Amino acid sequence: MGEAGARVSWDALCAFLAMGGYAPFVWGSYGVAALCIAVEISFVLRRLRKSRAAGANTALASA
Amino acid sequence: MASVLYTYASPQAFYPLAGRMIPWFAGAAAIFAAAGLYVGFLVAPTDAVQGESYRILYLHVPAAWMSMFLYLVMAGWAGLGFVLNTRLSGMMAAAIAPTGAMFTFLALWSGALWGRPTWGTYWVWDARLTSELILLFLYLGFLALREAIEDPRRADRASAILALVGVVNIPIIYFSVQWWNTLHQGASVSLTRAPTMAGSMFAGLLLMTLAAWMYSIAVSLARVRAIILERERDTEWARQVLA
Repeated sequence: MGEAGARVSWDALCAFLAMGGYAPFVWGSYGVAALCIAVEISFVLRRLRKSRAAGANTALASA
Repeated sequence: MASVLYTYASPQAFYPLAGRMIPWFAGAAAIFAAAGLYVGFLVAPTDAVQGESYRILYLHVPAAWMSMFLYLVMAGWAGLGFVLNTRLSGMMAAAIAPTGAMFTFLALWSGALWGRPTWGTYWVWDARLTSELILLFLYLGFLALREAIEDPRRADRASAILALVGVVNIPIIYFSVQWWNTLHQGASVSLTRAPTMAGSMFAGLLLMTLAAWMYSIAVSLARVRAIILERERDTEWARQVLA
């Protein structure tokens, strides 16, 4: 791919990211959704780790 | 079949089963989301009226559907636990609630960001938007009530009543666009007639809905595993699992 080809795909990417002028609304929606999902997954994994550790302590104490 | 269901209705049997199911549902969620985003952003055409802003709907519509569907599933588990007094039911209801609240928030948030360029406003107090906001408060109330009651079995029963009373809000949300003259548009997708949109748009919507569904199952199963361990850690089986 030559310099012109690279420029075309760069322009295409810029046009895609601009979302026809609606970029703040479109990426604002999907960005917050991605953030919510990331936060929820990390909370659930932490809760699982904590419950396992607490359970293991109980098991140890009673052994 | 019934005996299989009874077997897995105990937290002890459900804990390892949930653990085995999580990777499958999580993997399916990732695949459906990748396919849905690809179709929604790169295959589906630009909307003639709304331009590119309509692509928010690939997030908004599945989130709104899940917010209502998860509430019904949550209330179903809560009601089952209330009637049959089974331990796992209350745990399932508690595991679904945070994910339902998250999808309700995302439906409201993405709806606001879609409404601003499309309607010219982030928010109006019309029946659809207001009843969806009430749904968020129902989820948060359900979670707050559970937090406020120390004994988990009593928390199950009290929150079940709240969840069951709140079910009345679901048909209000769903039919609000027909019952009242709302700014929010009516349904473009229904079971009784062909969807009123391009095929690729419908495919994107369907894939994103499947992704949201698979994600909800995976994350709820992971959360219910944590809840099972929190509540059953003093039992013999839990000691054996964790030892």
